[in-house]
Amino acid sequence: MSLKSWKEIPIGGVIDKPGTAREYKTGAWRVMRPILHKEKCIDCMFCWLYCPDQAIIQEGGIMKGFNYDYCKGCGLCANVCPKQAIEMRPETEFLSEEG
Amino acid sequence: MERVVERVAVTGAEAVANAMRQIEPDVVAAYPITPQTPIVEYFARFVADGVVRTEMIPVESEHSAMSAVVGAAAAGARAMTATSANGLALMHEIVYIAASYRLPIVMPVVNRALSGPINIHCDHSDAMAERDSGWIQLFAETNQEAYDFTILAVRLAEHEDVRLPVMVNLDGFILSHGVEPVEFYPDELVKKFVGELKPMYPLLDTEHPVTWGPLDLYDYYFEHKRQQIEAMENVKKVFPEIAKEFEETFGRKYWFVEPYRMEDAEHVMVALGSTNSTIKYVVDELREEGYKVGSLKIWMFRPFPKEQLQELLNGRKSVVVLDRAVSFGAEAPLYEAVKSALYEVAARPMLGSYVYGLGGRDIKPEHIRKAFEDAINGNLIADEQRYLGLRE
Amino acid sequence: MPVNIKQLAQEFDKKEIGITQGHRLCPGCGAPITVKFVMMIARHLGYEPVVGLATGCLEVSTSIYPYTAWSVPYIHNAFENVAATMSGVETAYKALKNKGKIPEDKKYAFIAFGGDGGTYDIGLQSLSGMLERGHKVLYVLYDNEGYMNTGNQRSGSTPPGSDTTTAPVGKKLPGKVQLKKNIVEIVAAHENVYAATASLSEPMDFFAKVEKALNFDGPSFLAVFSPCVRFWRVNDDKTVEISKLAVETKYWPLYEVERGVYRVTRKPRQFKPVEEFLKAQGRFRKLLSRPDAKEIVDELQEYVDRRWERLLTLEEVTKDKPIR
Repeated sequence: MSLKSWKEIPIGGVIDKPGTAREYKTGAWRVMRPILHKEKCIDCMFCWLYCPDQAIIQEGGIMKGFNYDYCKGCGLCANVCPKQAIEMRPETEFLSEEG
Repeated sequence: MERVVERVAVTGAEAVANAMRQIEPDVVAAYPITPQTPIVEYFARFVADGVVRTEMIPVESEHSAMSAVVGAAAAGARAMTATSANGLALMHEIVYIAASYRLPIVMPVVNRALSGPINIHCDHSDAMAERDSGWIQLFAETNQEAYDFTILAVRLAEHEDVRLPVMVNLDGFILSHGVEPVEFYPDELVKKFVGELKPMYPLLDTEHPVTWGPLDLYDYYFEHKRQQIEAMENVKKVFPEIAKEFEETFGRKYWFVEPYRMEDAEHVMVALGSTNSTIKYVVDELREEGYKVGSLKIWMFRPFPKEQLQELLNGRKSVVVLDRAVSFGAEAPLYEAVKSALYEVAARPMLGSYVYGLGGRDIKPEHIRKAFEDAINGNLIADEQRYLGLRE
Repeated sequence: MPVNIKQLAQEFDKKEIGITQGHRLCPGCGAPITVKFVMMIARHLGYEPVVGLATGCLEVSTSIYPYTAWSVPYIHNAFENVAATMSGVETAYKALKNKGKIPEDKKYAFIAFGGDGGTYDIGLQSLSGMLERGHKVLYVLYDNEGYMNTGNQRSGSTPPGSDTTTAPVGKKLPGKVQLKKNIVEIVAAHENVYAATASLSEPMDFFAKVEKALNFDGPSFLAVFSPCVRFWRVNDDKTVEISKLAVETKYWPLYEVERGVYRVTRKPRQFKPVEEFLKAQGRFRKLLSRPDAKEIVDELQEYVDRRWERLLTLEEVTKDKPIR
């Protein structure tokens, strides 16, 4: 977001729209990346329940994957998974040649 | 329109409480402190008897009073509180926040000395400690003015070009507990004048969720403050408009300052609050004796009416400023403001600073006369702070 | 109505919870999980949350202008006054509803979040005032046992032996010597309230308590054990494990007090020694390497044992005897 002048922002310090934090992609923080082994997953939704950053993608209670825009790589999902269906791997394995 | 004039002998507290009754805010959160207490007591009785539908929160401290009022105002309600001295000092943190959140809160402040030592009597140290807070500050000379300003302040605070909270200052005990005749306006007229609040970003509007009170880093704080500065500037334009409407509705004229016998005055005394009544009495006496004196009452202290002072005081022989507060290590607050306003006027008057009445020390006609005599005799030193009524 | 995790997942796969992605809390922090739990249950029950937040980790990290991680109406005022602020919001609602400006059937949940700093210490007065006046506000304490936002200073909630910057474990002093303030007892002493402890490791217990709190006709208080991975010096992924250990060692007993009636809601059949809880966290490492470590640990074990027995006794003694 570009910096605005005092005439361009709402008064009172108010942020007048909900959820603008979504524009800040915390995925850039990641050092470890969760990888799903779907064959082991039982869709218990514990990972979704516990993810502090709501980076678990699920539809109707079915585990689909991770939102790497926001996942900070904390590893809680892997830790709580009763079936060890999530593996944490170093983020460096996923950096492309272009950087 | 045939106006029914009801003039009653009441204390300032009762007058202000009745103004609040007629405004009928949605929420009042208040904590008692002498000499504000009767305001809260009168209002509590209105609530208990169902005379107003206001929800009253008996908060456990003044800090919580202002906090609750901020919450209520941000939620979208018209909210008021009242306090004095150390109560105002206790809510200091939130007073700044209320102004920065641009909440249209109206708060009568019954002026009392700040501790220590503890003193419950009239002085302006409490209001002066908040002069940088971003609140509009009005000072009443009489109970009528206290009543009027409380009503007028609602419109001033809520004006869309302003949206700043307002402190209506009335002298502790002298006005709050002193009985004066006050003309009460009809309820319906007051209701019509204050109108309905149009809340800004109300919390209770779940369709449009907003965030109040974010963290500003160094990239935005300055801009938010600049907005507050602009709003204060706008008061200078908006206040006369509202005062005009007030005059048309209620018949009383208000402005930034009130000149008294100043047309040809050579020596002018400037002061805030109830002392102006005594000053006018002495002005009349001295006029009888042939001296060309006058007084200038400051009604609006924040924003400070620089332009009006420059216009009215330019060319006078001398101006003496009475302060009922000090600023340790610097010039007294009102004096400093007057002196600074006159810096560039074409014909600067001689200036004199007089501190009086701290902790409720009585100010008598002879004290006022002494200051005028200093002026008349050319015995003024701009850099010297003098005292009226102090045992040296 | 007990809701299970799967049902919640199905309800919230597309629905806004109230807190969004993009906040700046540390990876693995317990606070956003706490918020998620509370908001989901509130929304699930048909409430529209209006949130107040005390200054602290959660507040600062979710609202750096112009980014806000809140998709519900939200207000931050100052550090010590979220309870007073929400008292004002709740009262404004009552006033406006009585004047017909808000529909009768609109169900709000007024929720105040505060850390232990803004609750045990500087915020205690305004919390007490809110409880005494009976405002219908749910106060959720996310207890990370220190002033973590400003870098791990000790609070009234910090346990003895924990290494903090203002009560460090040094050559002479063993860190904080005072016991942790019992905030739930303080709240429960206001009599006409619902107060409970909760842990992220026991979601069903947590959800049931949120529901009870929201439906309670008066002020309610939920003390959530909220691990700080940074300053408790544990790995980012240990939040739930540490919470579980806290419950299993009696360090964080799960109970509720409803108008003076005590109920212990989780009674583990097997307990673990509190030393295991201490050993699992780096903040106790210095303490455990002191020569008087055993004494301090024994004292703590004695304390959690006594406190547990006391809770069981209170449960028996107050059964069916509410204060009102």
